[in-house]
Amino acid sequence: MLCEKCGNANATTHIKRTVNGKTQEYHLCAKCASELGVSNFNPFDISDLWGSLFGDELPSAADSVRCKSCNSSFDEIAKRGKLGCPECYKTFYDKLLPSLRKLHGKTHHMGRVPDSADENAKNAYRLTRLKEQLKSAVEDEEYEKAAQLRDEIRTLESGGEDNE
Amino acid sequence: MSKWYIKNGKESDVVASVRVRLARNLKGYPFPNKMTLEQKCEVIQKVSDAILNGNSAISGDFKFIDMDKISRIEAYSMVERHLISPDFAENGQGRALLLLNDESVSIMINEEDHIRIQVMAAGLDFEAAYDIANKIDVLLESNMQFAFDENLGYLTECPTNLGTGMRASAMLHIPALEAAGAVGQLSNTISKIGLTMRGTYGEGSKIKCAMYQVSNQVTLGISETAAIENLQGIIKQIMERERQTRLSIDHDNLEDTVYRAYGVLKSARLMSGNEFFDLVSQLRLGVGMGIIDTVAMETVNELILKCQPASLQNTAGGPLDADTRDKLRARIVRETLA
Repeated sequence: MLCEKCGNANATTHIKRTVNGKTQEYHLCAKCASELGVSNFNPFDISDLWGSLFGDELPSAADSVRCKSCNSSFDEIAKRGKLGCPECYKTFYDKLLPSLRKLHGKTHHMGRVPDSADENAKNAYRLTRLKEQLKSAVEDEEYEKAAQLRDEIRTLESGGEDNE
Repeated sequence: MSKWYIKNGKESDVVASVRVRLARNLKGYPFPNKMTLEQKCEVIQKVSDAILNGNSAISGDFKFIDMDKISRIEAYSMVERHLISPDFAENGQGRALLLLNDESVSIMINEEDHIRIQVMAAGLDFEAAYDIANKIDVLLESNMQFAFDENLGYLTECPTNLGTGMRASAMLHIPALEAAGAVGQLSNTISKIGLTMRGTYGEGSKIKCAMYQVSNQVTLGISETAAIENLQGIIKQIMERERQTRLSIDHDNLEDTVYRAYGVLKSARLMSGNEFFDLVSQLRLGVGMGIIDTVAMETVNELILKCQPASLQNTAGGPLDADTRDKLRARIVRETLA
């Protein structure tokens, strides 16, 4: 296969990008690939995609908020596709939210929580696990176990309301 | 100790292996891209202390590797065995690896996140891999505080890993679907349901041996169990599709291709990497379908790992030019299949 750009040399670099379900393919020779800044040693990085997600979120010059902990600005984060420190998530939470929604579809954690997390978070995870176990118990026709799980879920849910 | 990847697992005619990776960061430190070397050393100390000096039954089976003190050839041979990322091999400063003896568990310290726990298992066995990853997570958690937010879950340097920090993936050998030209469409469909399909060595890498990596993309708003179940459901469908396609190939032709590949592998004196991967993919297909029953799947798995460029050079103990590599590769293949 010949290079799509120059048409002279054999295409040795094959790039396939799938963005939001749309796939594009490029076939380039080594020279054109390196001219375009793509080579096997610099593979397409997910953070490029992440950076481009900010499109409409790019900050204005007046926007000079910086993370108190690591001194990153939102501009730097958007360019690199990487946050500076855990505190950045708090500092730039509102700005990050639309991009997180685009990336994951959701904005609230559902999985495991560490032992040091507060009771609410731990209960939320317990509830998620119980519901998952209930689902598989029903699928496996283990009705006794399912009934027991349903009771546990009820107790946990009513307990949760009491706390609020 | 025999390595995990030599073992044969469930559904191994299509699913070569699975991997579960957890990303974790320590509270009170910036992410690696903003860390000083001193901070990196502190994190290395804390994490390795927790693993190596812990009371866990597996503590004694871990080996500590300072990434700055090993050769690049050795580092790249670890990339070929999927133990570390290419970036981790490229730049070793302020980075360390904790590696279990059978190489089924590798813990990268100061890669993109402070901690990357990786557990691999042969065949389709996510339960086993997740269970071990979880145990290591719990062990670490009892020794340090992770950066965690009630809303956003485990905080990671790149927001693509936010939430569970879990990436589960399977290495699929799908030569029949590849030959039928179905991979592009498959990859397209998969990307619409929160999963991705990548080359053999991750993002942007070339396809070798008709091996494709399928993994979950979404990590926020879905539990670990649900994410694994989704992924497993799709993998089972791909598996069935691949098996059906294999059966639809004309049997005489298939048998001929497989035996020719086997023949060349057993007798060639010089073999390039590309030729090797094409042929060994045919051989793997033949073994998976029971066309060849004199070669074990374990032998094929072992061969695929031993014959990659950096691993060959690691075996030889130093850099080799391409011609010498081709000769050594052909010899190893002949001797292994003899």
